[in-house]
Amino acid sequence: MEAFVAIYIFLLAAITGYEVISKVPAILHTPLMSGSNFIHGVVLVGAIIALGLADNTLEKTIGFIGVLLASGNAVGGYVVTERMLEMFKSSKDNDKP
Amino acid sequence: MTNLEVIIQSAYVVAAILFILGLKRMSSPTTARTGIIWAGVGMLLATAVTFFYPGIENLLLILVAILIGSIIAGITAKKVEMTDMPQMIALYNGMGGGAAAAIAAVELFKGHQLQLSFVILALVGGVIGSISFSGSLIAFGKLQGLIKGSFRFKGQNILNLSILLTATIFSLFIVLGLNYVDNPIVLVFVVALILGVTMTLPIGGADMPVVISLYNALTGLAVGLEGYVLQNYSMIIAGTVVGSAGTLLTQLMAKAMNRSLANVLFSGFGDSSALSSEENTQGEMKPIEANDASIMMAFAQKVIVIPGYGMAVAQAQQKVWEYCQLLIDRGVDVKFAIHPVAGRMPGHMNVLLAEAGVPYDLIYDADEINQEFKSCDVALVIGANDVVNPVARTDPSSPIYGMPILDADYSSNVIVVKRGQGAGFSGIENSLFFLDNTRMLYGDGKDVATDLVQSIKEL
Repeated sequence: MEAFVAIYIFLLAAITGYEVISKVPAILHTPLMSGSNFIHGVVLVGAIIALGLADNTLEKTIGFIGVLLASGNAVGGYVVTERMLEMFKSSKDNDKP
Repeated sequence: MTNLEVIIQSAYVVAAILFILGLKRMSSPTTARTGIIWAGVGMLLATAVTFFYPGIENLLLILVAILIGSIIAGITAKKVEMTDMPQMIALYNGMGGGAAAAIAAVELFKGHQLQLSFVILALVGGVIGSISFSGSLIAFGKLQGLIKGSFRFKGQNILNLSILLTATIFSLFIVLGLNYVDNPIVLVFVVALILGVTMTLPIGGADMPVVISLYNALTGLAVGLEGYVLQNYSMIIAGTVVGSAGTLLTQLMAKAMNRSLANVLFSGFGDSSALSSEENTQGEMKPIEANDASIMMAFAQKVIVIPGYGMAVAQAQQKVWEYCQLLIDRGVDVKFAIHPVAGRMPGHMNVLLAEAGVPYDLIYDADEINQEFKSCDVALVIGANDVVNPVARTDPSSPIYGMPILDADYSSNVIVVKRGQGAGFSGIENSLFFLDNTRMLYGDGKDVATDLVQSIKEL
């Protein structure tokens, strides 16, 4: 039964992602890709758990690399997306010749 | 469940909702700014409560890793030019894939505590994450100019397939507990990392945005799968949402380039390109001085400007717009033609032009403007190359055959602003440059635009 719950969650989340993105204008493709790139930075949560529960040096080393990479994904993804959307807004505002 | 666990799980639920709503807001121009902030709040929340996760140790290590990763990524993200955005997205995405692979590795090394289904999910997620990691790094290297050219060879698909098969076989060793090799876990990851490299190396630079978008979706999927392994619902939902949204985004981008995803990945810029580039180098490139070019356009009735990534790299958009305003003042009909993939990513060039102050009503899509080139006196191609290459229309053996292009060659005169004589980013020779009605205006985009402004003012 648990396996079916997992499948349902997967399906519903997949449909949600598809619906959210459909009908998006081409001008937003780049920021949107960057934004979704930031959102999978939630891998940081998993990396913290993996390192937090690591027992030996090997696990700790890999976990450390994981947390480092994951926080890079989250922070870099956020800053880059924010900068892009900021510029996008200003370009919209100037568009009143 | 203890109270603490209830709080942690509730925070994950809130975070998942914030991610979805944030993404939704990012898909509309008016709410996009707040969208990333909502998602950011969700991320902070999810990360913060994880420190209270039952049994968490190594807190110092965790904090040090977060600090290093955040500082490096934060500084590079602040400093990067808008033009270099695609490769930075690739880089950060690759890091996410690497992190998912690292989680998989830690869980697999712990192995004995895992149910079989979790071992399989961890392996699949780990392999996908590893491919995304090394593939994204190669994509970064290519767009950053660290890796030059495309490494194409016959049988690359067979090679990639056999590498994937190898990874699958080692994975089966782990799942079935067979001891044919010493360290199957390490082997799976090494082979997967190699696959990311061999998959990405043959793909041409012009196709890179599609590939980056695909790896973005793959990382999402890997994160979702590792979420199942850790039984962490914020990872499952955020990862899966990004996985499917990213897949759709990838398809939209491929469609904008008139390519199928399979075409980009498997045949890509095919094996015959070396041949066709030889054939196209007929005739001579005829140079023109900025002064003459400026006068030519000043006395034209209609000028269509075709900006490309090169213009943005030279930071010439302001100067080009200044020149165009002078032309408009003289009564010249000036329009901008934007190719769907101008600026490396759909929508990238519109943003850069708008930033320079070009009004939207002068900017046209390829479909809207292509029939106007026949009545156009001068097509000014600045920093664009492959998107105006007529072989996409004429030469079936060309790797870019079938890609929609801007029909600059139909215009009475073509002026191409270009730094040097080399081939374009995709490495394909451009037959437009050798046409009788084409003149080459060599120089840095910004310097050339400055010269054009000077010349027209002296008229």
